[in-house]
Amino acid sequence: MDKTNLNLKKRIISDKVFKIGATVAGTYVLVIVVLIAFQLISESYPIWEEEGLSFITKTDWNAVEDRESFGALPYILGTLTTSAIAMMIGVPLSIGIAMFISDAPPKIGAPLGFMVELLAAVPSVIYGLWGLFVFRIYFRDWFETPLHNAFGDNVWLFSGNPYGLDILTASVILAIMIIPTVSAVSREIMKAVPQQQKEAAYMLGATKWEMFKLAIFPYSKTGLIGASILGLGRAVGETMAVTMLIGNATGIGAIPSSLFGPSQTMSSIIANEFVEASPASIHMPALIGIGLILLLIAIVINVIAHLLVTRMLKIKEGAINN
Amino acid sequence: MNSIQDRRQEYRSLFKQNVAKRLLVDKAVRIIVFSCVIIAIIPLGSILVEVFKNGLTAISIEFLTETPGSAGSGEGGIGPAIQGTLIIIGLSSIIGVPIGVMSGVFLSEYGDNALARFVRFFNDVFMEFPSIILGIFAFLIIVLVLGHFSVWAGAFALSLIMFPIVARTTEESLKMVPMTYREAGTALGLKKWVITFRIVISAAKSGMVTGILLSVSRIGGETAPLIMTILGSSQFFSSMDTPMDALPLRIWRLSLLPYDSAQLQGWGAALVLIMIILGINLGIRYYFMNKKNGFFGQLIKQRRNAIK
Repeated sequence: MDKTNLNLKKRIISDKVFKIGATVAGTYVLVIVVLIAFQLISESYPIWEEEGLSFITKTDWNAVEDRESFGALPYILGTLTTSAIAMMIGVPLSIGIAMFISDAPPKIGAPLGFMVELLAAVPSVIYGLWGLFVFRIYFRDWFETPLHNAFGDNVWLFSGNPYGLDILTASVILAIMIIPTVSAVSREIMKAVPQQQKEAAYMLGATKWEMFKLAIFPYSKTGLIGASILGLGRAVGETMAVTMLIGNATGIGAIPSSLFGPSQTMSSIIANEFVEASPASIHMPALIGIGLILLLIAIVINVIAHLLVTRMLKIKEGAINN
Repeated sequence: MNSIQDRRQEYRSLFKQNVAKRLLVDKAVRIIVFSCVIIAIIPLGSILVEVFKNGLTAISIEFLTETPGSAGSGEGGIGPAIQGTLIIIGLSSIIGVPIGVMSGVFLSEYGDNALARFVRFFNDVFMEFPSIILGIFAFLIIVLVLGHFSVWAGAFALSLIMFPIVARTTEESLKMVPMTYREAGTALGLKKWVITFRIVISAAKSGMVTGILLSVSRIGGETAPLIMTILGSSQFFSSMDTPMDALPLRIWRLSLLPYDSAQLQGWGAALVLIMIILGINLGIRYYFMNKKNGFFGQLIKQRRNAIK
């Protein structure tokens, strides 16, 4: 009798330990998120003390001793511009891909889908290398220069001599990089549309395109927006390829002025200058401050995206069970 | 009589026009959608072709094993970078995999409460954090505290990218294991952790291995967090407290140099990196294609048999 009790007690204890271990590992992510936020805030404190909120609106970038002055505005604008252009190019393409693959017979759809997914496996730095030595050359000679010659004098968008290391090149590479994410999530979401909806549309005599318009798009609108925002999150945080292609201007010169002008994003200025910045001056706090802004933007974007996407996929589960 | 016939004729032609137009639009959309896929695949093809074409001319035994020569000389190789990438992948797996697996166990086995839903959500959001932020974080809490660049800082930063991926895939594959397996274990009087490790995890092994390998291929190409943690070096690994090289870092540094020979070496390093990463990705794919129904198919079959 005693022996059984002891055994039982031991078992309960070992299971408790196991449960606690699993819970600790599970909450690790929460601890890390809090620690990151705390570290970034406390380490960037000197710059907020020095510049106040004008850090966000200033355009200076001067790391010379005794004349230090830092403003994050150009890089915030650079990130927003490149991400916006990447979305304009990448999202329609991704939704087209998702339409094709969700609808194609598996023998064609599966390999093509896999190839699109492979785009996500290519490391960022290789996109940068390819963009720098291959894509940039063709893009400059065949696309940017003709456009500049035709409209450069009249439209500010196309002014500035195309050199290849500019906002547009970086944005196009970003667009390619977000395609696998956006198209994979969109595909899942389109698959989540109940079969009955599609059949009902076909029964009304719809063609395939009309079926998409009638059944799939209205049903999956929220989810598709979520998928696009997920792509936006990727684009905002992307570092290496952009660093290698955007031209790396600093200060007032980094404010996006034309598609063919150099700029700088929040992540690329950190990548470029972090190692050289001295922790003693306010140069490093300034870079960490930019990191903090980037983190806030990324968190907001991703929280919205995940809320939209998971809501959509939950509807799916409900629809199947009913 | 006549007028009805006329009207019929008219309706018929209107109908034909309508259908013809709709079919035309449909066909146009099909073509557009297909060309979207082609537009997306062209860059992939171009990247692979260029990396292989340029990389193969750079690669030799010396290139793979030697330390880098002086800048622009075109001599030397990427030995330290290959070694560094393998070391950093190993170390971050040692940190990241256990945490990820346990976190996945938590989400799957104890995942029916508010805390777990919260964790799951933050796990998903954390997965999308800009990797350079994780680099800054590792820099602040390790490099700045120690006062020198450290291999551990790099491994820690990469493990932060790794563990949410492992946690998510572990959760997914543990959830695929039928509840009856766990019930059988309970009926035998086994402890919960024995059930989890000996029954559930061993049944879900291949799914978990896939997740771990995918996360390895993801961190293998990460550059941004390494810049401020291991910095890069042209020497072979000597201690945990000195800068170390890694393939992505080496590619980046080579691409910044204004020499053709450096560019060629960059392509060579890119070829090695892409072989490692695509090798893992295609290997997983091949493995699952060879197993007739794949892992999930087998489980479904087992489950069907169990019900019978």
